[in-house]
Amino acid sequence: MSELLSVRGLTVEFATDQGVARVLDRISLDIGQGEVVGLVGESGCGKTTLARTILGILPPGAGLIRGGEVHFKGRDLLREDPSVVNDLVRGRGITFIPQDPWSSLSPLFPVGAQIMDLMKWKSPRREAAGPPASGGWPALFRRYPGARRRADREAVLEILRAVQFPEPARALSRLPYEFSGGQRQRLMIAMALLPRPDLIIADEPTTALDVTIQAQILRLLRALVKERGVSVLFTTHDLGTAHEICDRIVVMYAGQEMESALTDVFFDRPAHPYTRRLIESVLSLDGEIQDIPGEVPSLIEPPSGCRFHPRCDYATRECGARRPDTHTVEGEHHVRCYHPLGAARPGA
Amino acid sequence: MTAAAEPRAPLLEVADLARYFPTRNAFGRRTGWLRAVDGVSLAVWPGETLGLVGESGCGKSTLGKTVMGIYTPTAGEIRFLGREIGRLRGRERRQVAGDLQYVYQDPGASLDPRWKVERSLHEPLLIHTRAPRVEREERIQAILRAVGLPDAHLDLYPHELSGGQQRRVGLARILTLEPRLIILDEPTSGLDVSVQASVLKLFRRLQESFALTYLFISHDLAVVRAMCRRVAVMYLGKIVELGDAAGLFGAPHHPYTRSLLAAVPTIGGRRVTPEFSLEGEPPNPRDVPSGCRFRTRCPLAQDICAAQEPPLRPIGGQLVACHFA
Repeated sequence: MSELLSVRGLTVEFATDQGVARVLDRISLDIGQGEVVGLVGESGCGKTTLARTILGILPPGAGLIRGGEVHFKGRDLLREDPSVVNDLVRGRGITFIPQDPWSSLSPLFPVGAQIMDLMKWKSPRREAAGPPASGGWPALFRRYPGARRRADREAVLEILRAVQFPEPARALSRLPYEFSGGQRQRLMIAMALLPRPDLIIADEPTTALDVTIQAQILRLLRALVKERGVSVLFTTHDLGTAHEICDRIVVMYAGQEMESALTDVFFDRPAHPYTRRLIESVLSLDGEIQDIPGEVPSLIEPPSGCRFHPRCDYATRECGARRPDTHTVEGEHHVRCYHPLGAARPGA
Repeated sequence: MTAAAEPRAPLLEVADLARYFPTRNAFGRRTGWLRAVDGVSLAVWPGETLGLVGESGCGKSTLGKTVMGIYTPTAGEIRFLGREIGRLRGRERRQVAGDLQYVYQDPGASLDPRWKVERSLHEPLLIHTRAPRVEREERIQAILRAVGLPDAHLDLYPHELSGGQQRRVGLARILTLEPRLIILDEPTSGLDVSVQASVLKLFRRLQESFALTYLFISHDLAVVRAMCRRVAVMYLGKIVELGDAAGLFGAPHHPYTRSLLAAVPTIGGRRVTPEFSLEGEPPNPRDVPSGCRFRTRCPLAQDICAAQEPPLRPIGGQLVACHFA
C-alpha cells in the first residue's frame, strides 16, 4: 500500500520541573491512502503528543523534537519551511477533530462565521498563496473573494447536510452553546472534511459522548471518510471504539509503539504481551474483571529497553537491556517484542 | 415487588421521588420546571449493588444527590434504615451521614491539598464520632491497609501521591465512618481500562470486607454489568426498566434498553452496523414529550404512546415501562 503518512523514529521530549520526560521514544508509524488507523493506549502514553507533532502544534517551547521524520506526501514536515506547512498541510492536507469541540469554537461568534473564517484560508478552492510577498499587506487583511465565498458557502451547507446537521442554513447563524455535544461534534467533523484533506487526525473524538450518540457519530465518520477516500488517524483509549471504526490498530505504551496489526488480527491474535493484557482488561458485557498489575511508569525515569518489561510476565534480561526491533509476525502484523506470543491462543 | 424473594427489609427505599428545578428567564421570573427526577421508586437491599444507568442528563446523578440530601426532594419519600430522611435538617441529618456516603467521580479531588493524608482521614471521625485519638488512629490504619496503602502515606500531602493513590485515600476517608450504603457516582468514568479494572476490583474487595451496599451510578453498561446484581435504567427522569442484571442484559424488554445495549462498542462483536436503531438525541428535559418520554426516538412508537404514560409493570423477570414490551 502506498503510504500517505510515514513517521520514522520520532522522539519528543518535554522539559518539566522534575526533569526531561521523553514522551515519544523512537516512534514509527505508517498510514496508507484511505486507511483508518487506530492509535490506542492508556492516558499519558503519548497518543495526543504524536497527533500534535504530526500537525506541528506542539506547545511552543515545551515540546522538543529530538529526532525523527514525519513524511507526508513527499514532504518531511519537520524540516519543511513552516509557512509552506501552514499553507498547504496544516488545516488543508491534514485536518483535526478535537476531543472537546467546546475548546475549538469561540462562544462569542455564530458557528457560520467561524466556519467561513476557516474556509477563507483553508478552502480547497483557494490556490496556494506561496510565500508572503515582502512589503504587502499581512495575510490577515487579505480579502475573501466574493465568488469563492459563495461557492464555499454552498460547500458548507452541503457538508452540514452530509453530517446530518438539522436545518443547516439556520444553524449557521446560531452560537455554539445552542447545540448539544453530539451536534457540536458533527460540526467538528464537517469542518475537518471541508478543506478536502488527505488525512484527518481525530483525537478521542467520541470520548465525551454518550454511547448512543457515540455510535451515531462513529458510523457517520466511517461512512464519510470511506466515501471520500480520506485517511484517518484515530486516537482512543477505548478498544471497543477502535474495533468499531478502524482498519488497522497501533498500540502505544509509555511513548513506544508496541504492535501494529489489522483490526481482526489485533483482537484475535495479539502478539505483544501488553496488547493481550490490555484486551483482557476490557470489560465485556458478560465479563470478569482483569487488571494489569503494576503502574504506568514515569516518563522522566522510564524503564530501559522495552518500557513494558517491569510489568511483563515474559520479561528476560535482554528486555531491559535494549529495545526490541520490529518483528514481522505475518503480512501487516508487526510487533516490537523479544518474546511475541505464539499464534496459538487458547480459545481464540 | 422483590419483597417476596428478600426476607429482610430494604436498606434504602425511594418512593415516587421527584426533584424539579425551576427554569428562569433573564429577569429571574420562573418560566417552568426542569423535571430532573420525576416519580422514581426503587429499593436497595443490604449487601447488593444496584446499578443506575442512563445517558447524560437523564437524572441519575440528581437522584443520587437527592438521596444523599444535597438536594431536597420536591415530592416523594426516601426511607433509609426504616426512617424517612428526605426532610431532615441539621443535627438529625448529620447523624444519617455516617451511614450514607457519596463518592464523586474522583474521590481524590476532595482532599485538601494543604492537609496531610492523616489529617484528612481524622476529619470525618472528629465530626461524626466521639472516638478518642488512639481508637481513631487504629481505625485509620486498618482502613488504609484495606485500600492497599502503606502506613507511611499518612505523612504525605496529596500532591505527593499518584492519582490512583489519591483516589484510594479519598475512599479510605469515606470508609472511616463505616457507612452502610455508598452512592458511587460515575466512579470510573475517564479512567483507562486497566486502571478502571483495578478500581472496580478494589470496590468489590471493600464491599466484601466492610459489608457495604452500593448504589452504582454509571453511564457505562459494561462496568454496570460487571459490578451489579440488579440494574435500573433511567430515561429523562423516569425508570424505564428495572431488574436482575442477567435478565436485563440478556433479554432487555424496553426498546430504550435494547438500543442502549446495541450502542455499546464491543470487541469481537458487531462492527458499526445499520441495525442499531436509536436516532437523534434525548429531548430537552425542560420540555418532555407527553405520554411515554421515549416515544420521540422509539422505533415502536404508536398513538397510544403519546396519549398514555406507560406504568412500570412486570414482564419476564423485570419491571418495564412500555406499552409494547
